[in-house]
Parts: sequence; structure tokens; C-alpha cells
Amino acid sequence: MLSRTADNLYWIARYMERAETTARLLEVGARIALMPSAGHGYRNEWDSLLRASGTAAGFAQKYGDPVQRNIESYLFFDRDNPSSVASCIERARENARIVRTALTTQVWDALNTAYQEMRQLERTARSELELTQITEWTMRQAAMMRGAIDATMLRNDGYDFLGLGYALERADSTARLMDVKYYVLLPRVDFVGSGLDNYQWQTLLRAMSAHRAFHWAYGGDITAGKIAHFLILNPQCPRSLVTATSAAMGHLDRLARGYGHHTSAQQRSHAMLAALMETTVEDIFDEGLHDFLSRFVREVGELTVLVHDAYLSGEAR
Amino acid sequence: MATEYFNEMYEAGAVRAPYARLEDWTRAMPAEFRQMKQAEAEALFRRIGITFAVYGEGGDPDRLIPFDMFPRVFTQSEWRRLERGVKQRARALNAFLLDVYGRGEIIRAGRIPARLVYQNEAYERAAAGFIPPRGVYSHIVGVDLVRTGPDDFFVLEDNCRTPSGVSYMLENREIMMRMFPALFRENRIEPVDGYPDLLRRTLASVAPAKCGGEPTVVILTPGHFNSAYYEHSFLADLMGVELVEGADLFVEGGFVWMRTTEGPKRVDVIYRRIDDAFLDPLCFRPESMLGVPGLMDVYRSGGVTICSAPGSGVADDKAIYTYVPEMIRFYLGEEPVLQNVPTWQCGRTDDLKYVVENLCDLVVKEVHGSGGYGMLVGPRSTSEQIEGFRARLLADPGNYIAQPTLALSTTPTFVNEGIAPRHVDLRPYCLVGERVELVPGGLTRVALTEGSLVVNSSQGGGVKDTWVLAE
Repeated sequence: MLSRTADNLYWIARYMERAETTARLLEVGARIALMPSAGHGYRNEWDSLLRASGTAAGFAQKYGDPVQRNIESYLFFDRDNPSSVASCIERARENARIVRTALTTQVWDALNTAYQEMRQLERTARSELELTQITEWTMRQAAMMRGAIDATMLRNDGYDFLGLGYALERADSTARLMDVKYYVLLPRVDFVGSGLDNYQWQTLLRAMSAHRAFHWAYGGDITAGKIAHFLILNPQCPRSLVTATSAAMGHLDRLARGYGHHTSAQQRSHAMLAALMETTVEDIFDEGLHDFLSRFVREVGELTVLVHDAYLSGEAR
Repeated sequence: MATEYFNEMYEAGAVRAPYARLEDWTRAMPAEFRQMKQAEAEALFRRIGITFAVYGEGGDPDRLIPFDMFPRVFTQSEWRRLERGVKQRARALNAFLLDVYGRGEIIRAGRIPARLVYQNEAYERAAAGFIPPRGVYSHIVGVDLVRTGPDDFFVLEDNCRTPSGVSYMLENREIMMRMFPALFRENRIEPVDGYPDLLRRTLASVAPAKCGGEPTVVILTPGHFNSAYYEHSFLADLMGVELVEGADLFVEGGFVWMRTTEGPKRVDVIYRRIDDAFLDPLCFRPESMLGVPGLMDVYRSGGVTICSAPGSGVADDKAIYTYVPEMIRFYLGEEPVLQNVPTWQCGRTDDLKYVVENLCDLVVKEVHGSGGYGMLVGPRSTSEQIEGFRARLLADPGNYIAQPTLALSTTPTFVNEGIAPRHVDLRPYCLVGERVELVPGGLTRVALTEGSLVVNSSQGGGVKDTWVLAE
């Protein structure tokens, strides 16, 4: 397969997953903003959200103070924001158009429909759009796309590049979404363990559509430890760091087998998974959740560079 | 001006034989059903993704070329004659190219002025003296034909570089077969779906001598912003070859390689859909980002075949066009099967005088123009338009040719009011490699505007499925 084709497939998946993450972030923000937050108002919470999505600087430059309505526009519709849902879907679709023939009709349909509907949404008056409507719409489109890939794509190297894109983006985004929680709590450490603290954790779970799943898996009270375990270390959780890392590793293994040679990306993914398996929740809190997550995000970044060098750049010999 | 146009379906009030069954078909079709089918066709086109991307003009970047469901039909004997004529032309044009990049016999024989060839912008000095595999320069020749009577076919122009539109020929058929299977049971229609396979074999047959084993063929596209990108990816898919951009290729050790996830892979045949000027920045335009540096060196040393060969454009120039019948006599010793349209070269004083005096009856085109831009259709222009054009013509007469306004045939076409005659042309795609092949069919373009003679999609033209009936 052409390296460029692999690169296009990989980015289709990354952009779709990113669109979904942005929508989830918006949902977290909206829910947290509904809480009376003991003094600092929603300003800090929305700000933390922008920081977690890596778009704080861009937003400040364009709008100044974080006002909810502007944030909604910025995160959903704004083409100046490369991580907005609209930007992501448009780019995913453009990448798909380039490699149209490497996708099944169903996958193309799912993505093209998302794009056409999004253009429709853009023409709809903002006053007619509820935030939950657009976040749910985004998640539905993302689910259709994954369903189409799962149900119709040939399990060849193209499938693995799509899978790799999804896995790496998800590893990165789960870590970032968890970090929102950190930013929200940062100003007042004495909130830890309070009702508000738990409410925020629950909101995070909801944003990952993992609220019910969590209760099934753990039962009893919600604690920071359990949630960290669930979202980082539990292989049952579809969005946990361990699940995403293991998926990336699986695709890299399959590619290495199919092409008949090993890569340093593959080695690195094995090392990352092994390290996660040996980690306990205590280790994470000892290191500090924020520090742990930052380190993980950095490692995922290094892994994506290795993937790029091995397969996507076309420079490998 | 009351010109009589040849109607391909009705002649003297009676239905011509090839259309006999279509008459029953349309008679039995209620208007609502037709609208439903039209909507279905459009949905299919959108779904498959056959759009004609136009960037930078605002509006929907993915436009559809209007598809008319009323097929255009040829009998087997009509087709056989066209086939003979098109293949003859394709052979003569290739013989001409081989000659003018070699000894130039036709020029020495005084049949074509040297100036028209060697001073031609499309003449590629970098290609002189090199003989491509099998001596073939133009591997896909698109011949634009119009009809003015039962037996009168004229060639409007030849396309020796990279004629586009073949994906419409294939998709129009797919969609017609999907929507009206009964029609295909009643009429015995020659298939066209062998084209991609024939194209692949044609390209493989001109692999360079240095290629051992099964040749690796690729299609080289300018990229996804090109309006014909859909066609490039469609053909690559149907042929099972890679669709590459310049940046996917590099030159090393006298060969061309493509960058793949498994490392470099050697490329033997490049079906390029980019202009000569963008092939190799080292040889042509240094500022071009599209090409592959060093490609021409590999080409000239026989490491890769480029289809069509660089420099093929000199054969399809509108000034050279006049001499194609002469080429057929000179190289093949045959009489042309298809007629040329009489053409006045505005660069010649006598011709220019005639053209200027008769602008209101003529069609005037730029020598290097295409797409229906920059042309004047005298009988359908206002006197202001004619005067404006006259000024441009006189400023640079060498840049123009003129032809009589042909009475283009019409075929029945679905329009808002029902069915009405509209003017059509035809582009068959002739393949030249080890053998000369032509699939029975082509792209029929139709001028959807009443009375219009311009069929280009950029000027409101549509497309039709083109049938050749089996014996």
C-alpha cells in the first residue's frame, strides 16, 4: 500500500475520533457548568476544558473570555479551530475522498452522510440547536462510521491503519479528558472527596458513556481510585488507556506479521502496555494523576512519531 | 436561419431502426416515473461519488454532470465504420509522432510545414530522438466526433494527451443497467465494461525492456483538488493499480520507485494524468511541485514508460488537425474513413480575410483552447459579441482557427417539458499498445440548452449512455 494511502486512512480515523472527543468535552463542560461551583463560577471550568483540548490559546485570541456560547461555537463549528467537530469531520471526509477506493461504499456513505448533515447543521439557526443535540449527533456519526468499518472492511493493512489511528487518538483523548478533571480540581485541593468532587467524576464517566458500565464493573461508592482504575487500567473499559494501548499494539503486530518485518513502533507499544499492566492505582496517585497523564500523553506522541517513520512517511527502507 | 438537423431517432416522420424499441419504452413511461428514475440516478451518482469537483468557485464543490437517461444508439454497421475510422486515425497520429520525433519524413516530403511542428509549443525537444516501447506515443486517443447525417461523421478534434471522461462512459452504463434492466434484455447491447481491463493490458504491453516479469503500472494524478480526480481514482480502482501523486514517486539508480508501507517498490509504466510541463521539475518547470525530479532521465534511458509519451500533444493541436487526412494517406496509404471539418487557419492571410468577412456563420476557436472556453459560435452570437471577438481575432490571428457551423445531429433527450431533440457529439476512446483496440461505445455529450451546439460540461452540457447494438 502507498504510504500516503496509509497516512490518509490513519488520519480519517484520528479525525473521527477527535471529533467525538471534542463533542464529549463539550458535554463534560456543559454538565459541569450546570453545577453551582462554590465560588469560581463556570469560567474556570470552561477554561480547563479548552486547555485539555489544546485549544485555549486559539480561543483566547479569537474570543477573549471563555463564554459558553462562544466555546460551543469554537469547539463545534469553527473552522479556525483545527480540533472543532466541523473541522475534524471535514478533514476526515477529505482524506476519505482521496482514498475513496480503499474504503467500502458503506464506510464512505457513513462519512459522507456525516459531512452532508453537518453542512445542514451549519445552516441551521444556532437558537434552534441544543448543545446535547449536536454532541449526540456527533457521537452517533462516529458510531455509524465505526460500525461500517467493523462490518464491511476487509481485514487487510488498510484496516490496521484505520485501527491504529483510532487507538492512538483514543489513548491520547482519554488521558486528556481525565486531565480536565485535574484542572477543574486544581484550585481547591480540599474539595477532594466532597460531594462536588464525586459529581465531577460522575460527569466524566457520563461523558465517556461509561457511567452505567462503571457501576456494573465496580458497584458501591464512586471513588477517585476506582475511576482512575477503570479509565486507566481496566481492560474491560473500551476507552481505558490500557485498552487503547493494547489495540494499537494489536494493529502494529498484525502489520509487522503481514509485512514480515518488525518495527520500533511495535516494540515501543509492547513496552508501553507492559508498563501499564504493572502499574497500580496507588502508583498513579503517588506520581500524581496529572503527572502520570502528561507522561502518558507524551509517550503516545512518541509512539505516533515511530508509526509515522515506519509506515506513513514513505522514507522507510 | 432554418437549418435542418439530422435527428438520430426520427427520419422523415418514421422511427429509425436502432431506436425502434426505445419508442415503446418512452411511450409507456409516465412523467412521475421518469422523475422518480431521474432522482434515483442522481442519488446513485452521488452515492458512488462521481462528482466533478470544482474548487474555488463557491457553491457545492461536488457537482454532478447532468445525466440524461435517454440513450444514444448506434447500429452495428454504423459502429463498424466509426471503429475503422477511429482506429485508422489513432494509428496515423502515432505514426506521425514517431516520425516527427525521429527523421521527420512527412516534413521532408513537404506534406506538413516544418514550422507547424517544430515551432509548436507542444513539441517536446526533450523527447526528440527517443523511441518509446513499441513506438507508441499516444496510448489513449480520444476522437471527438459529430454527425450531420445518416452517413456523415466529422472529426472535430483529436485528443492524444490524456483524454478524460471515460469514467462517465462506464458509469452511465452501470447506472442504466441498474435502473432499466428490462431495456438491456430487449435490446442486445454491446458491453463496454471491458475497458479498464483492456486499458491495463495496453499499458502493461508497453512496459520498458528493462522490466522483468509482470509490470507495475500506476496512474499519476495531480491530486484530489483536480476536477478529474474522481476519474483517476475510479480507473485505478478498476484496473487494480495504485493511484500516485508526484510526491509518492522518486528516482534512484536509474529507476522510478513509489513509497509504500513496505518500502520502495519499482514502477514500470506511468499512466500520467498531468501535463508534460509538470512531469519533471528538472526538465520542465523548476517551480512545479507536482512532478518527479529526474523522471525524464529515467524515461529516456528506458527505465520507465510514460503514457502518453511526453510530447504527444503536438499531434492533437488544432493547427495540425488539418493535416490528419494527409497523415493517413502518407503513413498508412489509405483514404480517411472519417472526414475532417474544413478548417481555416486564421494565421494565413487569405483564410483570415474569409473568416473576418463571415464571422456570423462560423465557429472560431483558439488553437490551444479547450473546454468550450474562448470560442465564438457565429450564428448564435449577438453582433456585439461578434465585434468583440473580431477585435481579439485581429489582434492575434495565428491563435485562431475557424470552421463552418456544423448542423450537429440531435437525439431525443428528457427535458422539463417531456422529450425534445438536443444536439450531441461522441468521444470514443481508442487504446494503442501491442494492439489497437476500441470498446464498442464512448461518451455522448449532449447540449441540454435548447438550440445550443456546445456540449462541454463547463457550458451546461450533460452526458448519455451510448449503445452499440449487437448484430
